[in-house]
Amino acid sequence: MTLPLKNIGLFAVMGLLLLYTGMSESWNTALGLVNMCLISAIMALGVNLQWGFAGLFNVGVMGFVALGGLAAVLVSHAPVGEAWRAGGFGVIVALLTGAATIVLATMIMKRKAHSRARTLAMLTVLLGGFLLFRALFDPSVLAIESVNPAATGFLGGLGLPIMLSWPVGGLLAAGAAWVIGKTALGLRSDYLAIATLGIAEITIAILKNEDWLTRGVKNVAGLERPVPYEVDLQNSPAFVERASWLGIDAVEASTLFVKANYSVLFAAVLVVLLVMAQLALKSPWGRMLRAIRDNEVAAEAMGKDVTARHLQVFILGSAICGLAGAMMTTLDGQLIPGTYQPLRFTFLVWVMVIVGGSGNNFGAVLGGFLIWFLWIQVEPLGHWLMSWITAGMADGNALKEHLLESAAHMRLLTMGLVLLLVLRFSPRGLIPEK
Amino acid sequence: MIDFLNAVVALSNFVLVPAIAYGSQLALGALGVTLIYGILRFSNFAHGDTMAAGAMFTIFVTWWMQSMGISLGPLPTALLALPFGILGCMALVLFTDRFVYRFYRQQKAKPVILVIVSMGVMFIMNGLVRFAIGPGEQRFADGERFIVNAREFKAWSGLREGLAIKTSQGITVITAVIVVALLFWFLNRTRTGKSMRAYSDNEDLALLSGINPERVVMYTWLIVAALATTAGVLYGLDKSFKAFTYFQLLLPIFASAIVGGLGSPIGAITGGFVIAFSEITITYAWKKVLTYLVPENLEPDSLVQLLSTDYKFAVSFVILLIVLLFKPTGLFAGKAV
Repeated sequence: MTLPLKNIGLFAVMGLLLLYTGMSESWNTALGLVNMCLISAIMALGVNLQWGFAGLFNVGVMGFVALGGLAAVLVSHAPVGEAWRAGGFGVIVALLTGAATIVLATMIMKRKAHSRARTLAMLTVLLGGFLLFRALFDPSVLAIESVNPAATGFLGGLGLPIMLSWPVGGLLAAGAAWVIGKTALGLRSDYLAIATLGIAEITIAILKNEDWLTRGVKNVAGLERPVPYEVDLQNSPAFVERASWLGIDAVEASTLFVKANYSVLFAAVLVVLLVMAQLALKSPWGRMLRAIRDNEVAAEAMGKDVTARHLQVFILGSAICGLAGAMMTTLDGQLIPGTYQPLRFTFLVWVMVIVGGSGNNFGAVLGGFLIWFLWIQVEPLGHWLMSWITAGMADGNALKEHLLESAAHMRLLTMGLVLLLVLRFSPRGLIPEK
Repeated sequence: MIDFLNAVVALSNFVLVPAIAYGSQLALGALGVTLIYGILRFSNFAHGDTMAAGAMFTIFVTWWMQSMGISLGPLPTALLALPFGILGCMALVLFTDRFVYRFYRQQKAKPVILVIVSMGVMFIMNGLVRFAIGPGEQRFADGERFIVNAREFKAWSGLREGLAIKTSQGITVITAVIVVALLFWFLNRTRTGKSMRAYSDNEDLALLSGINPERVVMYTWLIVAALATTAGVLYGLDKSFKAFTYFQLLLPIFASAIVGGLGSPIGAITGGFVIAFSEITITYAWKKVLTYLVPENLEPDSLVQLLSTDYKFAVSFVILLIVLLFKPTGLFAGKAV
């Protein structure tokens, strides 16, 4: 895994940018940036696996990230006993009924010959199953949501350590990817894109509306943390002493310590994934994927199972996105379904992969760092630029005020510009595929 | 009998009229997507934001006209401003094509690369619109609000249910009919339209017969700009203009175009109505209509709503999936690149 000099240089520049932020703004900002950069890099790795290795056009990243967030709540939140007693059993029975309906309908479709009777039977099963599902589901949900709605109003989670939700988030996303892949992977590339875009929107709609599961737009806050709390650190004499020995204020030291803890955890995950992705890329499996990507027909003629490999890599990539999503919710300590925006969670990750260099894992990681850094830092830069442009205008000038106010929207513009410039002048990205 | 009439009126008021208006807006949007797919051969992710940009130009002209005291009486001033908005949008898309897409066309880049490029354009257009007009809700509708007012309808007909038709809904349908008629006349009767269809059917053959591809592409963009602006303004008049809602329209618009068959204009229109009607019928609470139709003892006590309105994306998506699984090229055999 040796990197050419240019790539080391690029990573060094990235490090310097972060260091400069630390020195000019504050170390807290810089470490916060590093944490989100690490998570973005993991998401970019997942998308790179799908697009860079296998040429799958997945624009549903947001959905998988959100599923990871859901996993964080389901694993770590304390269970709400009363809600479980009120409707937990009913909801589970209803969900099983729903699943059984779908399985039955699929079985009818597969077993019987194509005929009008088959279609009729399938529709009857689906409609009947749906009505039964709603009849079982609605009262239970009502019962759960009426249990202390201001504080809980949902089933809660399992009350397990939140770190456990990272792999669970991956599994949840993988499960969803399996279902999507089974139905949509046979489609052409743009259809797959629209299909994944749709699934992501539906996932968010579910998170927003199924209050019994996620509290919906009431959000779940105060999730458990894998790292110590700042207040506890400030109250611990040993920590305060060590901070004063380092010459840092105890409050600042505690926030830095917490953020650094997260950084270490995230970096460890990133390194493990990077090593695995790198090994996969160099393995026969990775070569086969690239062969399929470059010429599907030829690969199929060589006896490679294209559909199975696509499904496999789609699930793996989505699982990585789910893992990153769980990590992000852990870092935030809360799940806010309303904040999942496709521009931010799907298309921005795509910019990361393309700019970094699709097909190259190091490229994806660099892209994740660089684009996240830009996404955050463009805003102050925009303000600075706008105040420079408007410096000559009189105060109270309508145009000046409008420009200063709109500086916040510079980031979308910048991201689009960066993407277009890279695609035009360096279409293989900053660190191209070998 | 009165009950039946009441049911029909309630159905029209809550389902038919909104669905027809929404369907027309989707159809206009899907026509743009389908034309770009047919001629330029890629799925344009920036289409929603092109609609937003066109609507934004129109809103600026509308505001200017309103401040100058120009109005259309009962009709919204935006209609008068629409041609100027279309011109602005045409300039924008031609500029984009010249400086962004043309390079990849000359390179003969793969369609999927063009899709990614259109993602970049989407970011920039989205940013520009938010930058210029702001992310909040913008009001620009004026004139008479209703063609048929619910209260007056009740007084006139003596029914318990009222029927309301908003001016914006009436205008949407009429404008959509005019625009579609013009489009089909252009595609089927004019020389340029025919060369566009020839280019869409078989690029090489069209080139051999001396059709200038750059000219075809330019006309396509001009038509797409007109369609997108019209769709954007109509949607903005009917609902409200917010920069980000147009991005969310991308999914139903693509669903319409794909359900109808990408590359087929008739398909785009059909798809738009299929999606609009299913979205609204499935998320509508049928209790009101059913109460009039079934005997009293059978009256439903729930809302009889199949899905909550927040799942309307899911509806367009499921229809899309069903059509793709059973008829992969769409209802009207589209093309596959």
